[in-house]
Amino acid sequence: MLENYLPILVFIGIGVVIGAIAIAVGFLLGPHKPDSEKNSPYECGFEAFEDSRMKFDVRYYLVAILFIIFDLEIAFLFPWAIVLEDIGLFGFLAMVLFLGILVIGFIYEWKKGALEWE
Amino acid sequence: MAFVSQAVDRVFKMNVEMMGLQLLLPEIFVLTMACIVLVLDLFLHDRNRVVTYGLSQLTLFGALALVIALADGDSHTAMFGTYVADPMASLAKAFVMLVVFAVFLYSKDYLRQRDLFKGEYYVLGLFGVLGMMVMISAHSYLTLYLGLELLSLSLYAMVAFHRDSGVASEAAMKYFVLGALASGMLLYGMSLIYGITGSLNIAEVAASIGAMAELELALIFALSFVVLGLAFKLGAVPFHMWIPDVYHGAPTCVTLFIGSAPKIAAFAMAMRLLAESLGGVQADWGGMLAILAVLSLAVGNVIAIAQANLKRMLAYSTISHVGFLLLGILSGTVEGYASALFYAITYAIMAAAAFGMIILLSRTGFEADTLEDFKGLNARSPWHAFLMLLVMFSMAGVPPTVGFYAKLAVIQAVVGVDLLWLALVAVFFSIIGAFYYLRVVKLMYFDEPLDSQPLEYGTDMHVAISVNGLAILLLGLFPGALMSACMAAMGL
Repeated sequence: MLENYLPILVFIGIGVVIGAIAIAVGFLLGPHKPDSEKNSPYECGFEAFEDSRMKFDVRYYLVAILFIIFDLEIAFLFPWAIVLEDIGLFGFLAMVLFLGILVIGFIYEWKKGALEWE
Repeated sequence: MAFVSQAVDRVFKMNVEMMGLQLLLPEIFVLTMACIVLVLDLFLHDRNRVVTYGLSQLTLFGALALVIALADGDSHTAMFGTYVADPMASLAKAFVMLVVFAVFLYSKDYLRQRDLFKGEYYVLGLFGVLGMMVMISAHSYLTLYLGLELLSLSLYAMVAFHRDSGVASEAAMKYFVLGALASGMLLYGMSLIYGITGSLNIAEVAASIGAMAELELALIFALSFVVLGLAFKLGAVPFHMWIPDVYHGAPTCVTLFIGSAPKIAAFAMAMRLLAESLGGVQADWGGMLAILAVLSLAVGNVIAIAQANLKRMLAYSTISHVGFLLLGILSGTVEGYASALFYAITYAIMAAAAFGMIILLSRTGFEADTLEDFKGLNARSPWHAFLMLLVMFSMAGVPPTVGFYAKLAVIQAVVGVDLLWLALVAVFFSIIGAFYYLRVVKLMYFDEPLDSQPLEYGTDMHVAISVNGLAILLLGLFPGALMSACMAAMGL
């Protein structure tokens, strides 16, 4: 039973080694010019430690919603691409239809100015 | 050559697979048109917004024509058994189209006066219609859920449509949170049933339950979640808390939408879930629905008396009408189902007229949504007072309006399965309920008007609300045609 898990162990080992190499190479070969900004934790453009009840620009939510839609689209496209041979023209057209509806949503958001930051 | 014949072969196979797609023509049409309206509306100037409105109405009309053309009195499934086109679906869809047609018409001037005449109201409305159609024709739990969510998401957005209104935002938030909770409950029940029966298809679930030698306790557990989710969506007590706030807070044109057509779709959902897929455990859900029905009748009718806001009063009245609807379903007979379908359809027509009257009385900067605003309507406009009288009489169940006949049919069905006590409870609370409906009539006819401004309405509005009000009277005088259509829809 346990030998079935050997490939996973190998993967974990390789993952740890690659990660260690990447950090080690960066540490050994990279230039070192630390300053206070570089040493502070990075958090997507916000201050790391402040009141959590700050106001967010509503545009962040908009971007997040748009991101989720296209992210899900990709999640559908990958399995679809793998079985495309088996599902044939019917499967192909079904996805075209899905993408078509998505494009309509995209036209709507574009015209409404949801993609313009300023 | 081999490649070509292979391709032809494939196309042929595809056609076979796609067979049944013609049954979905009304849905495909509504979806296509909704997308067209959405894109077209982007390129319209505000003063041409009426084009969006016209196209939306045309869409409903076209879908109605397709539904009628495709109705052949038989039951067909399509899309690998996840979709069904049967007489019940055709009848329910046809009335959804008619009611939404009236809703869109009533909303036009109301939206204009409030600077809300945007394409989104109509596009969301069309997507809501599509959701209702999918719900009505669902033959798999997944399709059912898909339709329900499409409808609900459209409604959440519509409630929040008036962005600057605090009450509307509050209503939308409550509706969204409670609606999501209810969807979760329903989905949990569905997934348990899937675990027990191994299928999501409504016919297969029914067959699987029918083949059980002994009913599993887990099935009853799953059933209670399904009933709970359904009760939330219908607004049956004790899962009714969202209804008054949403009806009150939403712009009247949205309340009009929520309060009318979705009731027909919700009835169809209850039928597909309970009667068609879980018919084998009718004894169990019948008991659950009886409790919900009695509570709804009691709470709805009693609390409505205390309301000064007409929209809130009608919200509690909806709750009591849901009680009646549940009575028809819980009887578990074909007559009961037919009477409940009749009730749902006529209630949708009455609700459209009632909220339509509120819209008719309102004008720029003035919402006619309190009881006071209806005082002395007879002195201001006898015809509209008469129409409102018909609506109130019908909701109270006074003959010869259709509300009387709808209540009678449901009570007959309940008595038909020897549940005399339920019939007595229903009659008792209807008598209590008659008080607040008749109070509106008294205010209109025997009180002095507080507001002497003439009513503002367009000709289309006037004609539509007159037809709507008279339909209540005519359907009450001649209920035979609609009743036999409902009977036929249930296969009688």
